[in-house]
Amino acid sequence: MEFAAIFKAAFALVVGLDPGFLAIVGLSLRVTLTAVLIAAMIGLPLGAALALARFPGRPIVIVCLNALMGLPPVVAGLFVFLMLSRSGPLGPFGLLFTPTAMIAAQVILVLPIVIALTRQTVEDLWSEYRDHLRSVGLEGVRAIPTLLFDGRFALATALLAGFGRASAEVGAVLIVGGNIAGYTRTMTTAITLETSKGDLPLALGLGLVLITLTLAINAIAFGASRIGARYAG
Amino acid sequence: MRDVASILPLSVEAVSFLVDGRRLIDGLSFAMPAGGLTVLLGPNGAGKSLTLRLCHGLLTPGEGRIHWAAGAEGRAKRHAMVFQKPIMLRRSVEANIAHALAAAGIAGPERRERSQAALARFGLSDRSEQAARLLSGGEQQRLAIARAWALRPELLFLDEPTSQLDPAATRQIEELLASLVAEGITVLMSTHDLGQARRLASRVLFLHRGNLIEDTAADAFFAGPQTPEARAFLAGELIW
Repeated sequence: MEFAAIFKAAFALVVGLDPGFLAIVGLSLRVTLTAVLIAAMIGLPLGAALALARFPGRPIVIVCLNALMGLPPVVAGLFVFLMLSRSGPLGPFGLLFTPTAMIAAQVILVLPIVIALTRQTVEDLWSEYRDHLRSVGLEGVRAIPTLLFDGRFALATALLAGFGRASAEVGAVLIVGGNIAGYTRTMTTAITLETSKGDLPLALGLGLVLITLTLAINAIAFGASRIGARYAG
Repeated sequence: MRDVASILPLSVEAVSFLVDGRRLIDGLSFAMPAGGLTVLLGPNGAGKSLTLRLCHGLLTPGEGRIHWAAGAEGRAKRHAMVFQKPIMLRRSVEANIAHALAAAGIAGPERRERSQAALARFGLSDRSEQAARLLSGGEQQRLAIARAWALRPELLFLDEPTSQLDPAATRQIEELLASLVAEGITVLMSTHDLGQARRLASRVLFLHRGNLIEDTAADAFFAGPQTPEARAFLAGELIW
């Protein structure tokens, strides 16, 4: 197919709201948003607790978490694959090659980002707020809601970073989802497959959506920090 | 009128505070009865901030004890503290006050009422929705005092509350503090501004190297300090 024709066909897919195309975009968003939501529910309180807690081995935990932010998606996928495969510890649940498995893999990718960035944000805030919060009787666990709320703009950026990582990765969802058409085929796995098959318009159309998504995430992150500066100082 | 027994006097008995074996506060003893504005004076590093923090409970004495009048234990904290650099939460002016009240366990409607009262009392009503961190330095310190006042403390600790402010804002804070004392709030504050101490103090505690070396009425202190260190300090000499 001619180069210009590929672009034209890709635009037609995006603008024409092709059902098959929309299904892929929808599944991707569902999996990634769910993964970010779960990672936020676990990671925000855990990161805040880690920021305030002092225990032996804490520096090692922090270094490991920071390192896990760079965990290769295929390794996360492999880990979840081993857990969920027939002979694995969670094998009897039959979750391999389902959207649930993909969510689990993406939670593993997003969680270290959320915990590590929350830890950093909350620790900085605590060092600023410590005297006042202790003065009004908020210490330890009781200080966490205040710190998470006051770190809301920085934490929103952390969640968006997690969303960016999860929505762009292909290795983990490919391994544990299996790229089954209409069931576990996401934007990234579809691009991989369609490119090798030669269906370039579909691949390019999905690529356009992904780029738009990335752009939107960055715009929102930028907006969040600006709103933060404007309304929270 | 207050419906519960006073937490005052506060008694500080032979309190020492050690860091790495160095006695930063050494055998400090004094009492804070109700009323008046007591100023902690002394050169840098004398232990003024440490003394305030120990009294407020932010630090624990290594030796000695700090206790409130019988019956004060187990009740809501009736002393509050304002810091040198105002600590403003990333919220609106009103939310800063409401947050402190919520932390003290004060429920919704009363919290709102008391926040509004504090804003009105300190002339911040028209700023209530603004981001607290975008206020000027003087307004931030005013909010910090309003926030402490809303907690209805009997004793208010202030750690060099005007050291980062310009003269006009300093004057305003001083007037506020005088009005709080007139209202019946007991104040213990540190300052390195001698003029301010003269203007405000009814009693002076002079600290030197972690020791309390003078505890006298302000008039007597400024008329004729008893110790050579205090004399040198008043004369503007550098003492350590």
